[in-house]
Amino acid sequence: MEHDSSKRGAAGTSRRGFLAGLATGASVAASGGALAQVGAHGKARAKNLPPNVPDWSKVLGDGVAAHPYGKPSKFEKTVVRRDVEWLTASRESSINFTPIYALDGIITPNGLCFERHHGGAAEINPAEHRLMIHGLVDKPLIFTMADILRMPRTNRVYFLECAANSGMEWRGAQLNGCQFTHGMVHNVMYTGVPLKVILEEAGVKPQGKWILAEGADSAGMTRSLPIEKALGDCLVAFKMNGEALRQEQGYPLRLVVPGWEGNLWVKWLRRIEVGDKPWYTHEETSKYTTLMSDGRSRKFTFFMDAKSVVTAPSPEMPLIAKGRNVLTGIAWSGRGKVTRVDVTLDGGKNWTEARIDGPVFDRSLTRFYLDFDWQGQELMVQSRAHDDTGYVQPTKEELRAVRGVNNIYHNNGIQTWLVHANGETENVEIS
Amino acid sequence: MSRSRSLTLGVIASALVVSASVALAQTAQKQQKPAPAKAAPAPAAAPVKLGLGAPATPEEIKGWDIDVRPDGHGLPPGSGTAAKGEEIFQAQCATCHGEFGEGKDRWPTLAGGHGSLTHDRPEKTIGSFWPYASTIFDYVKRAMPFGNAQSLSDDEIYSITAYLLQVNDVIKDPNFELNAKTIADIKMPNANGFYDDDRETAEKGFWNRKPCMKDCKTEAKVLNRARVLDVTPDSKGGPKVD
Repeated sequence: MEHDSSKRGAAGTSRRGFLAGLATGASVAASGGALAQVGAHGKARAKNLPPNVPDWSKVLGDGVAAHPYGKPSKFEKTVVRRDVEWLTASRESSINFTPIYALDGIITPNGLCFERHHGGAAEINPAEHRLMIHGLVDKPLIFTMADILRMPRTNRVYFLECAANSGMEWRGAQLNGCQFTHGMVHNVMYTGVPLKVILEEAGVKPQGKWILAEGADSAGMTRSLPIEKALGDCLVAFKMNGEALRQEQGYPLRLVVPGWEGNLWVKWLRRIEVGDKPWYTHEETSKYTTLMSDGRSRKFTFFMDAKSVVTAPSPEMPLIAKGRNVLTGIAWSGRGKVTRVDVTLDGGKNWTEARIDGPVFDRSLTRFYLDFDWQGQELMVQSRAHDDTGYVQPTKEELRAVRGVNNIYHNNGIQTWLVHANGETENVEIS
Repeated sequence: MSRSRSLTLGVIASALVVSASVALAQTAQKQQKPAPAKAAPAPAAAPVKLGLGAPATPEEIKGWDIDVRPDGHGLPPGSGTAAKGEEIFQAQCATCHGEFGEGKDRWPTLAGGHGSLTHDRPEKTIGSFWPYASTIFDYVKRAMPFGNAQSLSDDEIYSITAYLLQVNDVIKDPNFELNAKTIADIKMPNANGFYDDDRETAEKGFWNRKPCMKDCKTEAKVLNRARVLDVTPDSKGGPKVD
């Protein structure tokens, strides 16, 4: 799905013009480089402003053949996935981040969905892709993509969050940008076949208690999943937001494991083995286990607990004008629906229930807003998600009290942005 | 489309709808009712077969079925020793992991870190952290060497696994023969260091609370800030995108 670039472009352009003015005054220092980003296109030129007739109103625009596959406006060129080079040894086994600060609504455009690969993004000809089902089944089977496309399919919107999202923040505020602190998440509508349909085609034997899902990439990514989940709500998806999966999201086939950590959502899905026990693969022993302060580790920490973050204001989205402003953010829970989001502007002294807008789906990103007036005072902005299991997003201190600081994964603590009097916003932790 | 063809397809379609509606109804129900702590058990009703897919032959399965479990399930014939593994490791692995698995640059450290799991900066290596030796074989076979996956023979993988166990002091004898039988008997130092996710009990306090909304505290002070570290990537110029 492509975003509505006409609306976004218009908003972006006016902000840019405003910021260009601010930047030349040099009164605002760029923290995350955000001001530089949005100011990059320079000032609005008077010749294109009323009462003058702008250039684009006088000449023909692009014809319909100019962009067979449309892309965002060139004025949106800074809205891209970014990576943190020092985080990993190579870019093939690495991660980048969704620019959540620049997005709205609940759907993530396909080209902006963060990527996490363990051996690079495999490029697979769908004619040569096969899905093998074997192990404790009545009849081992191999499916072509054509077979998969003849099965009953369904559409579901789900968030996918990497278990390591916010993992760099366990010991304190580290990265100045919500793209980096919270951008290992995306939310798309999947079209796919219930995994149950595929498993039942092969016939799971009664002693089958776990499945192993394996990717066709050069990391042969594998994870064990309990059979209840596999026969529950998992999907084998081939479309995202209506179009074929992107290569970096597992084209032509990926596993969808609603509400559970992103590492389980095996991309380039080539094989499912049914077994009576888990496999204890590299990704469920060495990685994706959570080390507690007593030196022991939790394993099979599947659920992504309720979490939220304010995406504006944020380090990339400083406040630029006093008076009316829009605070917005996203909330999600791997255990169900988001029922409520509380927001504070004063560091937790007082909270207000945010306005949830747009569809609220089970285990999907949920959009919230707080329309507020800003008089140039310092703000300490936080959000707190509630889900329909009664879970309330904890503070980072509450999490550390239970788990210590070496978990790496599953950091769903409350985020604080400090908005300075000049609107500049930074990542902090507060008492 | 001819009338007879569309009629035939209509029959097939209505047959599909039966099974489809069963599966989809169950999925839909899941979507309405968010997952409780555990996913609901599989329904007992016998599923309707779609008749899709081809039988997977034993040869086809053998070519792809490379996974290995702690109990030895999936381990192939063959064997290796740490003595042989050292040579292979230096040629195939040391560039990234160091001669003794000590790690280079940001590539993973494979050895050392014993007893460090409670330290401020724990070092999670094969010897200090991994619960099962089988995982080494499984992972090396499927994913290593990085960029040249599934290029090593089973004997070479047994030898590399033995070498990694030796540099982690799990096996002492460089000529100890590691094979499908002996690998399952190897006890890793941190084998008992893992337990099932207990968030629903250990973190029960995060559920069903009524957080304060007004006058919750008297002051909020900044304790630490990201900018002090200054590790945020320069975002002035975005990376190239396709």
